[in-house]
Parts: sequence; C-alpha cells; structure tokens
Amino acid sequence: MNGCCGPSSCCSPAPDTYDYRTPTYIDGEFTTSVGPVPRVATTSIRHDRLGAIGARLGFSRSDRRVRPGLYAIGAPAERSPVLVTANYTLSFDAVRFALHGWSVWLIVLDTLGVNVWCAAGKGTFGTAEVVRRVRESGIERLVEHRTLVLPQLGAPGVAAHEVRDATGFRVVYGPVRASDLPEFLDAGMRATAQMRRIRFGLTDRFVLTGVELSVLRDTRALGVAALLVALAAFGLVPWPPVTIAVAGAVLAVVAGGFVVPVALPAVPGRMFAVKGALVGAAVAAALLVPTAPWLDAAGAVAVFLGMTVVSSFTAMNFTGASTFTSPSGVQWEMRRAIPVQAATAAAAIVALAVSVVT
Amino acid sequence: MSTRDLRYIDGVVTVALDRAACTGCRMCTVVCPHGVFEMSADGRAAFADRDRCIECGACARNCPAGAISVDAGVGCAAAVIYGWFTGSEPACGCD
Repeated sequence: MNGCCGPSSCCSPAPDTYDYRTPTYIDGEFTTSVGPVPRVATTSIRHDRLGAIGARLGFSRSDRRVRPGLYAIGAPAERSPVLVTANYTLSFDAVRFALHGWSVWLIVLDTLGVNVWCAAGKGTFGTAEVVRRVRESGIERLVEHRTLVLPQLGAPGVAAHEVRDATGFRVVYGPVRASDLPEFLDAGMRATAQMRRIRFGLTDRFVLTGVELSVLRDTRALGVAALLVALAAFGLVPWPPVTIAVAGAVLAVVAGGFVVPVALPAVPGRMFAVKGALVGAAVAAALLVPTAPWLDAAGAVAVFLGMTVVSSFTAMNFTGASTFTSPSGVQWEMRRAIPVQAATAAAAIVALAVSVVT
Repeated sequence: MSTRDLRYIDGVVTVALDRAACTGCRMCTVVCPHGVFEMSADGRAAFADRDRCIECGACARNCPAGAISVDAGVGCAAAVIYGWFTGSEPACGCD
C-alpha cells in the first residue's frame, strides 16, 4: 500500500519518552463521571495553519504528535458518537475542524505521529492499539451505545470483528475523508460510495510534491552544486557548463517531482518511470535549445540523458505518494525501469567525461 | 484522461478471493478504497475491478471468514530498493 509512507515517518523514539508539544488544540476541561476529559478546540489558529504548511514541505514530519487518549469535542453525552483517529497532527486537526459545532467523543491512538493510512499499513493503527485505548479511556462508562467510528483508511490495520470480540464495541468504518464526517453522521453513520473511495485529485497531488522536492534542500545535493560553483568561481572550469548543469539538475527534479505528479493523468504511460522520462526529456530539450551554443555535442548529450534519468527516477519515487499503485506493480515497474535508468546514467557519465576531456 | 481514470499496471496484484468461503457480510465492499469488490447476485462477494487493487490488505484483515488473501506491503520505490539490498521484505528503513 502506498500514499506518502516515507521512511522518514517511521524512525521515531519510543512513545513513552516523547515530549509532546504544547497542546494549543485544547480549550478547556470537560467534567465526566470518569474524571476530567480535555476538550478540543474546533477552530484553527495561525499556529495550526503554519504547522500544516511546514509538515507538507517536509519539515519535522515525524515530530508532530497529539497526546493519545480520550478527548471531548463540544459537550458529548451518553448517546454521542465515539470516533477514533491517529495522533498525527494533520489527521487529528482534520477531524476536529470537520466537527465544529458537534458533540462527540474522540479517542486518539498512539500511532507515533504517523497518519491513519500509513500507521494502518505499519500496524500501529491496529486492532491491539484500538482495544487498549478503548479499555483505558473508560468510554464504556460514558456512552450507552457500543459503536466506534473508525476512519476507513484505518481498515488495513484493524480487524473490526476482533475489536468487537475484545471490547464489545462494534466498528463502523467512517468516510475516507474527515471532511465528510458531518454528512456521514447526519445520515445515521452511512457512507456514500463516493465517501468510500480514495481520490487522487489535483490538490492531493499538489500538496504531496512538497515532500518530493525536499531533495532540493538535501545537503549532499547542495554540496555538489556549491563545489561546482566554487570550481567555476576559481576559474578551474568555465561558467556556462556549470550553470547549465546546476540548472539542469534542479529542472530535472522539478520535472519528475512536481510536473509529473501535478500533470499525472495527462502524461502518457502507466509506469511512473516512463512518465518521468518523457517530461524530463521534454524539459531537457527546452533547456538545450537556448543553451546549446555553450556546450559541445557530448556535453549536450550528457545534459539530455542526465536530466531524463533524474526526472524518471524522481517520478518513480512518487509511486510511494500515489494512492493507486500496488506494491506488486511498483516492483514490476522497478525491475524493468532501473536497469534502463542505470544504463542511461552510465551513458550520461561517459558523455560528460568525453565532454570534459575534449 | 481525468483523475478518475488513473490506473496502474494491470495483471500483477496478489489479491485472491475464495468465493466458496465467503459468507456475504459485505465488509470487503465497505473497507476497499478502490471499489475492487462488489456483491454478486448469489449473495457472495466478487471482483468488480481487480486491477485497481493497491494491496493495502484492508479486505483480508476485515474478512471474518478468511476468504480473502493478499500479499500486502509497502509499495514505495525507496522501500522496494531497501528490500532488494537487504534481501528482506520491502520496508521503511528501520522497522
């Protein structure tokens, strides 16, 4: 399963030692028969919006956790719905903002700050954690019904029938998107077919490109660029090819990591590597038209092949963020694409060497 | 081509359905985020569009009858490469 489950989101310290950030999302205490329950704010403040932008751009994605446990939204009573979510800030925020004006109980699982979908894949949004948090919360003494609403995207980690066997609570899977929660609850906990489907629209694809492009902040990549610029500054290599190489590298990453994701349905090919190669080659051609006078033939070939392969590889990486690619499909694609990419990269390096020597 | 038509590689997914074991609870049609399953006239689940499966494993996990199997896993390129180099299942770097 896919959908932005990058390696960066799984390397985390143990939950018990985690230093949770100051909870700006709490606006009071709600008194209940099992003790005070923190009440959640349902309107966003600047802090939330800035944090969301930061998370999307790849800053501290694995360090944004909500303290797990039971929360109150509004003034819930014994007939109020019980919802379950992950302790990733953006998941939690999506739920609480969607439920402005509602009264519900909210159980936050400890998913190590990972979103519902990725945590379900890793098993941290899982049957055992649901059972544990339901028992710890004392929710069975706060409500007269025995129904939990879980996000549908948590289903890969949770066996509904096992939760019922262990807790007595029936699991109803809610909509894929938190924004559909009011309509789902209004309809007596019934989701339409549209609410059950993962979409991968332009907005979804656009927000995910921020993390793909974070390679442009990578210190090693910046180091190579700085080295090239330094060599040119000291007159060891001429400026034009250095400028073209650095611009080409940036444009190739943008081609594969931004243009391909945003224009995904419009770019030909089922394989992401093919989509990336096509866009990369087109961008390379566009760069070479005005800059060709400053390059020899081998240099132009190196730029063209290099940009094509960088864009192809970057686009292939976006399979990890897409919502319609299977692991079997990704492996199938990579077994075919990587040998071609490796050969193309080798050819680009040979062309570069020829250009430098001659 | 619109977003709705985004499709990946055909004929490669591992999801399998044992129709004889299906009890008709419909859970697979609820949890699948890509509409892979539908209920057929005989009251049992059937594939509606098998190639849309992304192998997330939600159907198999939530099938009380154990009628569905799928080789679920992480499908991002970085994880696949890591799996190749370590000879293990594709996984994120440290789990």
